[in-house]
Amino acid sequence: MARAAVLGRLTWHLANVVELVDETPRVRSIALDVPDWAGHRAGQHVDVRLTAEDGYQAQRSYSIASAPEQPHLVLTVERLDDGEVSPYLVDELQPGDKLELRGPVGGYFVWTVEVGGPVLLVAGGSGVVPLMAMVRHRVGLGDGTPFRLLFSSRSLDEVIYRDELDRLAADDGIEVVHTLTRSQPDGWTGYARRIDEQMLREVSWPAAEQPRVYICGPTRLVESVASTLVALGHDPDRVKTERFGPTGG
Amino acid sequence: MEDADLRLDGNAAAGMFGEIFALELTSARARCASCGTIAELGAEPMYVHAPGIVVRCRNCDDVMIVAVHGGGRYWLGFTGTSWIEAREPL
Repeated sequence: MARAAVLGRLTWHLANVVELVDETPRVRSIALDVPDWAGHRAGQHVDVRLTAEDGYQAQRSYSIASAPEQPHLVLTVERLDDGEVSPYLVDELQPGDKLELRGPVGGYFVWTVEVGGPVLLVAGGSGVVPLMAMVRHRVGLGDGTPFRLLFSSRSLDEVIYRDELDRLAADDGIEVVHTLTRSQPDGWTGYARRIDEQMLREVSWPAAEQPRVYICGPTRLVESVASTLVALGHDPDRVKTERFGPTGG
Repeated sequence: MEDADLRLDGNAAAGMFGEIFALELTSARARCASCGTIAELGAEPMYVHAPGIVVRCRNCDDVMIVAVHGGGRYWLGFTGTSWIEAREPL
């Protein structure tokens, strides 16, 4: 009982913006210093709250991109042009600004070493963010769990973390398979279509090897991939999903 | 926009649950009162376009949890949930 008693309520923190990195023309990573941050697990998210001068508040959830052992808390945010929060975070925020957030929240879509593997990650667009925290965590620990990422993007320019993923594939044994659904550069030999059953058969470990599967992205992609994997014999309890919905805001 | 586009996972309720409960509920297992299916709440389909959030059973689609926050209060309905099994805080 004593342990439950010391668990604090979910409270808002004032984070300092340390660094901003443009990942693609629409996507930016925000490195934060959060005083008294209690730490997080790979796959968790935070709630971010913006307050206008007239007191109006808007709140959205963003996945944490950084591994627990990294020095800063990093969020990676995609600008949704009709959003209330993301245009500010992607276009206006400057180093030295303050940002209100609370968390980490969520204990379901989480990978830790104890969960084991092999681990199949399936991402659509900015759905790669919580999966990247898992990849970075696996690499940061020097852990040898087999990791394979199937990553659907519209075009090569829109591949988030492209250089880092290339590096991790070359140096750290993370297998990365891209599919580019809308346009492909000259000479592209990879997949060039939406994720389908054939692609999942080719990329995934068979169900008999009992991979842990994490799928994150737009709702339709997530549901299509999850139901296909279950139809291929994967245990639904090993197929974890995080749907972004049609938009995030 | 269709309902399917607006479907999220119970995982998306982590912030609101965290405001209310000391235990982490998205990784807690819950039993559907209608069909008896047991799953982690984070895995259940959830709808957020109602005035609050509605968590449904992934098997039979019956409502398991309704939660509304506004005007300085929370309204919580658990009629569709037989029980919840949550871990002690880490």
